[in-house]
Amino acid sequence: MDELDTHAGRTEARVAPSPPRSSARASWTAFKALLLRDLVVLRKTLNIFIPRTVLQPFLLVFVFLYVFPKIGESVGGGGRAEAQFAAVLVAGVVGLSIMFQGIQAVALPMVQEFGYTKEIEDRVLAPLPVWTVAVGKVVAGAIQGLIAAAIVFPIAAVVHVPQVSLSLTVHWAVLLTMLPLASIMCAALGLTFGTRFETRQVPILFGVIILPMTFLGDTYYAWTALAPVKVLGWSWLQTIVLFNPLIYVTEGFRAALTGSTHMPLYVIYPVMVAFCALFLWTGINGFRHRVLT
Amino acid sequence: MADPQSVICCQQLSKQYPGGILAVDRLDLSVFPGEVFGLLGPNGAGKTTTAGMLTTRVIPTGGRALVAGIDVVAHPAMAKQLIGVVPQTNTLDRSLTVRENLYFHGLFFGMGTKRARAAADYLLEQFRLADRANMPVAALSGGMAQRLMAARAIMHGPSVLFLDEPTAGLDPQSRIALWDILGELRDRGPTIFLSTHNMEEADQHCDRVAIMDRGRILAMNTPRALKASVGADTVVIVTTAGDATGLAQHLEQGVTGAMRSQMVGGKIHLHVGGVSGVLPQVVAIADDQGITVTDLSVVEPSLETVFINLTGRELRD
Repeated sequence: MDELDTHAGRTEARVAPSPPRSSARASWTAFKALLLRDLVVLRKTLNIFIPRTVLQPFLLVFVFLYVFPKIGESVGGGGRAEAQFAAVLVAGVVGLSIMFQGIQAVALPMVQEFGYTKEIEDRVLAPLPVWTVAVGKVVAGAIQGLIAAAIVFPIAAVVHVPQVSLSLTVHWAVLLTMLPLASIMCAALGLTFGTRFETRQVPILFGVIILPMTFLGDTYYAWTALAPVKVLGWSWLQTIVLFNPLIYVTEGFRAALTGSTHMPLYVIYPVMVAFCALFLWTGINGFRHRVLT
Repeated sequence: MADPQSVICCQQLSKQYPGGILAVDRLDLSVFPGEVFGLLGPNGAGKTTTAGMLTTRVIPTGGRALVAGIDVVAHPAMAKQLIGVVPQTNTLDRSLTVRENLYFHGLFFGMGTKRARAAADYLLEQFRLADRANMPVAALSGGMAQRLMAARAIMHGPSVLFLDEPTAGLDPQSRIALWDILGELRDRGPTIFLSTHNMEEADQHCDRVAIMDRGRILAMNTPRALKASVGADTVVIVTTAGDATGLAQHLEQGVTGAMRSQMVGGKIHLHVGGVSGVLPQVVAIADDQGITVTDLSVVEPSLETVFINLTGRELRD
């Protein structure tokens, strides 16, 4: 619709195609509009977004830092060790929430859109290259990850029995780089899952992939603390979990939020950047593969 | 050879899917500005693949496709600005309301917020969806969803509008309503590319029709010229429980003006020049042969007849 004008008492639309804008300009405009669309949908679904974001971290800190101390089951030993555990858990919970946003905000809707609804077609026909539609999904997912972290952190930091003294030490430079990096990485992971799994395979995604990732993802303990789990002098668990991308997120937040020991930052950053690149690559390829034949 | 000045231009366009299926086989095609062009063929003929290639969603394995002079493979983002698509399945954004579906489509295509809002409201009015503007799209009936997709497709003022089986799955009333709207649209300028297996639709609404089967175009002309190419004025369709092949031969020889007969799906299709007095002759000849005719009908040659002539098969098989 090129212009709308009033003619003979009623509005008349004149269809007169304008010469196409350059690919770059059209793509940038469409990209911004796609993001806006995702944020509008987020606003409309806040009633789902907030419980799904808040509940799991809340339950984790509630059980470990409130119920357990109350019933005399202290995790990590009493006193100072307990305070340390609390700090470890808060960092882990923030990392876990961002990871879950990647799954819930990117992977699951995408599985649905590729599946029976096919509604992604409409956005694929918007005037921008197909790969940028996938990037738009990652950016929108990452924004949701950041919002999730912002909601979860205060909850995780507040819910505990008074006896547990949570001592957080915020390293701002680490925190402010870790937040976007982790959010993008997890959203890209979501894109990879979303383009590789069919609707009927979602239970497998949760049962076989997400579950071990979260349990062995350093949420409840620090990676450095795994060293004593050994067979024949080899810290096998500590080695195996290195393949789990969530490890670097939770260790990263441990480095950002606590004074406790953590995996060295010179390992965390490059590995996370590498995972970002890998997941973006697999995700974008998967996306192209799904929408173009 | 395809004309490079046309709005849609395919040159030796081919698509072979992984696994070896050749869906579209060296297609040459030109569609001219303002034309309503129909691609008619049975399911699996390659129509949707052809439309898919022209709308950048299917990557050709050979040849070239230009829309408004833009190579759709080399510059998809540019080409997508110039096309509107009414797809076969409901691809409305279920997370958004009816109005938002149009509004965001406008934004995707570079409209300002104010203009997108005005255009959305105008189209909702025009497509008789205004009373549903704030409902989720899940609340729309099939016909309404299709109207909304048509509104969405024209919103950004495309040069070419692609309609892929637009009325498949619609009840007759919605079908008529949609064509009323599409009929208004065609007066306003965009070239329309329709793919359909519905021969009445192709006949009624298209300026030119290409008949497609197994990835190839078999004939391309105006519906009138295509039908005239059959050469007959009447097609008599005879169903019999007896020896159909034998009866067909007798009819060809005995009926005045009979030109040829074909066996289609077990029925005799007898092409006759001239109309009057045909049926009594058919019944008399069958009686003479002692063959019982269980059903008898007379039709004018249609695009279906053309298709049968070209392929020996019915359009819907």
